Amino acid sequence: MEKIDLSVHLAGVTLKNPVVMASGTFGFGREFGQFYDLSELGGICVKGLTLHPREGNPPPRIAETPMGILNSVGLQNPGVDGFIAHELPWLREHDVKIIANISGNTPEEYGVMCEKLSQAGVDMIEVNISCPNVKAGGLQYGVVPEMAAQVTEEAKGHSDVPVMVKLSPNVTDITAIARAVAEAGADALSLINTIRGMRIDVRTRRPVLKMNTGGLSGPAVLPVAVRMVWEVAQAVDLPILGMGGVSKGEDAAQLMLAGASAVAVGTACFADPYAPLKVRDGLKKIAAEQGLACVSELTGGVRPW
Amino acid sequence: MPMTKLCPIADLRQLTGDVFSLTLEAGELARTTRPGQFVNIRCSEGLLLRRPISVCDVEGTLLTVVFQVKGEGTQWLSRRQAGEELDVLGPLGHGYDIPQGKVLVVGGGIGVPPMLYAAKCCQEADACVGFRSADNAILLEELNAVCGKVLIASDDGTLGVHGFVDTLVRQTLSEERYAAVFACGPRPMLKSVAQAAKEGNTPCYVSMEERMGCGVGACLVCACSVGGHYKHVCKDGPVFNAEEVDW
Repeated sequence: MEKIDLSVHLAGVTLKNPVVMASGTFGFGREFGQFYDLSELGGICVKGLTLHPREGNPPPRIAETPMGILNSVGLQNPGVDGFIAHELPWLREHDVKIIANISGNTPEEYGVMCEKLSQAGVDMIEVNISCPNVKAGGLQYGVVPEMAAQVTEEAKGHSDVPVMVKLSPNVTDITAIARAVAEAGADALSLINTIRGMRIDVRTRRPVLKMNTGGLSGPAVLPVAVRMVWEVAQAVDLPILGMGGVSKGEDAAQLMLAGASAVAVGTACFADPYAPLKVRDGLKKIAAEQGLACVSELTGGVRPW
Repeated sequence: MPMTKLCPIADLRQLTGDVFSLTLEAGELARTTRPGQFVNIRCSEGLLLRRPISVCDVEGTLLTVVFQVKGEGTQWLSRRQAGEELDVLGPLGHGYDIPQGKVLVVGGGIGVPPMLYAAKCCQEADACVGFRSADNAILLEELNAVCGKVLIASDDGTLGVHGFVDTLVRQTLSEERYAAVFACGPRPMLKSVAQAAKEGNTPCYVSMEERMGCGVGACLVCACSVGGHYKHVCKDGPVFNAEEVDW
């Protein structure tokens, strides 16, 4: 079991293991870094950045649902310059790949942020065209193929590091968006972002979230993520960072078998800060049981009926 | 530094109809807990979010929380047995900074419990506590043991003064100087206590509440507007300077 190679490749970036922290659940790493060395992780997708600082949405921003949570944080962040000045140098002290997640109000804003972040020295950029919690930009770029392609081109044109585009599940056909983004030059895809949802307090007749609706994550969304990764993997020839409801090794293995090269862990950290390390160790155990030399052999290995 | 720890239940008691006192053998986690901090307790495998509960008391390695049954998670918690282990994350948050001199601790309803440990950690303390009625009163004996005086108000007049706790605070501050007021309770109560403290020229620190996710400051869901910006209850708080809170 000790000899299993956990490293994986994602658009030319080598991760020492397939476990990446999902954007928005891990801040800039400082908080969970109190529990373990961040160098234990394959990568970190940092909290979603915008060109200018954002305060985010009014609270309540979270609601618990059956095996899931709804959130509507609304991209609260210190802005791309604040991140580069105050967070990136500290993150860089760790042996872990840093993936900057960005959202823009216009295609041009994505370009400006890519330029700044490439120069600052992140390993990869994750282009968020799928945030369900902001009015401008965000999701609207993720549901129309032409707009998704335009944002991708703009990001690619201004980036010196690989560009990964994060897809929304809130579409009729995710493969149509995936193809448009692939043709526009994306180096990798990440999916799925949260699924739009709502919870109502029947006593007050008020939605629990102040913004009324939010994004669903947690184990409840895993089967949707597995299905979408499987569909996208067949539609385009790009590496995939799979995510959605991963809380143990078996969940991660499902996403990899469906076609993901690496997996992201997010909501699971709320119940257990050590979840990403348990996912990594669980994956290693599964690879050992199946007699694999490399965990990357799981990728795309599903045997559909 | 926060930690995760499986803590055996030393004692679980019902205090009133829906309020329970839970004492855990928490080892190092208890020893490092400061007044006003909270712990985040896993309430069954089926619920993804831990339940954040303020620390009521610490005695050596024993840590006590007092909680009200409000939903599925606290219901589950109220049905545990002594000896069972709970998955606890803590100590979390920024608690009360203890000043030199005498402090007036103010609690309303389920906001009373954290005031016990806060009062214990002060050089000297008096308390003003409010409950809906006599049936809901909790921890009076314990508060009397650590406070100089304990003044009580009830909404229906069945215990102590008929009325709200801010009336007691106003009266107490007019009679005596305090180094600070510490308060915990429902938001409208905190707002009026903050106003009373301001009128009495006494610094006031309040423990805020908001729906929480990770509990450590990473997910940014427990936003509370302080000084014109969204701060986070779990990491920047739960205790904030009342002057800075955007009421």
